[in-house]
Amino acid sequence: MNWVADRPALDARALRREFPIFARHPSLVFLDSAASAQKPRQVIDGIAEFYRGDYANVHRGVYKLSARSTDLFEEARERLRAFFNAADEREIVFTRNATEAINLVAQSWGTAHLKAGDEIVISDVEHHSNILPWQQLRDRLGLKLLVAPTDETGEFDLARFEALLSAKTRLVAVTHLSNVTGAVLPVERIVELAHVRGACVLIDGSQAAPRMPVDVRALGCDFYAVTGHKLYGPTGIGVLYGRYDALEAMPPWQTGGGTILNVELAHTDYIEPPHRFEAGTPDIAGAVGLARAVEFIEGIGRDAIRAHEEALTGYGLDRLSHIPGLRLVAGGQRRLSILSFNLDGVHAHDVGTVLDQHDVAVRVGHHCAQPLMDKLGIAGTVRASFGLYNDEADIDRLSAAIEACREMFR
Amino acid sequence: MNDDLRELYQDIVLDHGRHPRNFHALEHPTHVARGHNPLCGDRITVYLQVDGDKIADVSFEGRGCAISTAAASLMTEVLKGKTIAAARQLFAQFHARVTGGELSALPEALEEDVERLEPLTGVRAYPVRVKCATLPWRAFEAALNSGLAGDTIKTE
Ligand SMILES: Cc1ncc(COP(=O)(O)O)c(C=O)c1O
Repeated sequence: MNWVADRPALDARALRREFPIFARHPSLVFLDSAASAQKPRQVIDGIAEFYRGDYANVHRGVYKLSARSTDLFEEARERLRAFFNAADEREIVFTRNATEAINLVAQSWGTAHLKAGDEIVISDVEHHSNILPWQQLRDRLGLKLLVAPTDETGEFDLARFEALLSAKTRLVAVTHLSNVTGAVLPVERIVELAHVRGACVLIDGSQAAPRMPVDVRALGCDFYAVTGHKLYGPTGIGVLYGRYDALEAMPPWQTGGGTILNVELAHTDYIEPPHRFEAGTPDIAGAVGLARAVEFIEGIGRDAIRAHEEALTGYGLDRLSHIPGLRLVAGGQRRLSILSFNLDGVHAHDVGTVLDQHDVAVRVGHHCAQPLMDKLGIAGTVRASFGLYNDEADIDRLSAAIEACREMFR
Repeated sequence: MNDDLRELYQDIVLDHGRHPRNFHALEHPTHVARGHNPLCGDRITVYLQVDGDKIADVSFEGRGCAISTAAASLMTEVLKGKTIAAARQLFAQFHARVTGGELSALPEALEEDVERLEPLTGVRAYPVRVKCATLPWRAFEAALNSGLAGDTIKTE
């Protein structure tokens, strides 16, 4: 297939050597990057180096080391701005993870801008993290929460989505890439349709950010939520991108040190975004580690990563669809890196245990998407998901282990 | 095949997983309870017909993995005809065996039943799967305690 030649190439085997975990676990086939990605040396060492040589609290001290730490923390913000092509680094708010980023928008933006009768639209493939904050807000403010469906092929149904929109729609909150079906949602079109009605759009980029280029300005979304640990970065750090004018019109959601201009007992003036939303001492090393992670990703190139994972997805779909009794959950035409399935007559949990015995690590269960499981009429799935270090040999090991499992439960 | 895995999925376990015994609702239960494992979505309902201090009949329904289905099936087989006190003793013994806990002395009459439950003790090597094996027993215990109220117990 020489058309591959003019695509950016990626050598997964060579890249795997950048991930120390695979040296410790040489026979491990890690197919759970959608839950959390492994960490490259650049990230692990970057964090250690920061603690060894540059650490102090930020935005506090007058001494040199604190200034240095502050610089590195704010440079990390700039790195992430560039990574997502935001217009201004003040649009990058550090959070603990994607869940916190979404909760921030629900509690700050939602409480300030929404009133009884307003409507929020989500999709039917959302992770609980992009359902529960809106459900809670609905109950608190008397909103309506509408669910836009995907069709039986796993494709987001734009026509039915459009039919749900009205002048009452104030927010559309959808995932960029489903953590269960692997479907890439047509977020560009979703943003256009929502904006025509004057609704804001939040995109949950937890699964998309690690595997495709993301340009928030090209998307035109108002908010984009990302979690660092799926992006080859450390746990405990995430990012909320928010358009500056949107962030500026939002009140603090947690208050405390680092968020203020002036505190009097009768009144407080809060500082501008992003620091308005970063109460208390932030995860400084986490932000630095995440900056190292996005540098690592940029070093490989997101087009190359996407092309690699697309090829793996195609190969995986082909391999798995030839296994008798294996039912794939539909993921639409533009499916990326995530394959969910069930084996006839074998419970997902049993599949997971047998695969683990073959050193193939997959996730089993409802994947924090119970409403989707209910819609599909299943209790859970086995989910294999790919990262930049996976290759076709991993998928061969997966299908061999599935065959062994079928044999056992025959 | 790996030994631990063979130990976990013994033929008896696979057989009971595929063809569970006493797999239906009771028409006139005196006690009912549901067990739910939120982690994997498994749900089972345990039905008892208690007569005096004896378990006259016991059955279950639901969906679950091979381990929880086999555990429920084998449980119903050993519980039928037992006194409530003996049933509780069996559960304590089974629990200790699958979690590696302290074994207490057991009347000789129950030894054969403990033997029959032995195939499930392979879960010991799989800490995340122990809950699957104990779920039906915990539902059984909840049924004893709640009568027809139909309590739901959850793992964790
Ligand atoms: C689509 C999606 N959204 C949100 C999350 C939540 O990520 P985190 O737990 O890091 O906040 C996940 C990860 O599980 C996810 O897959």
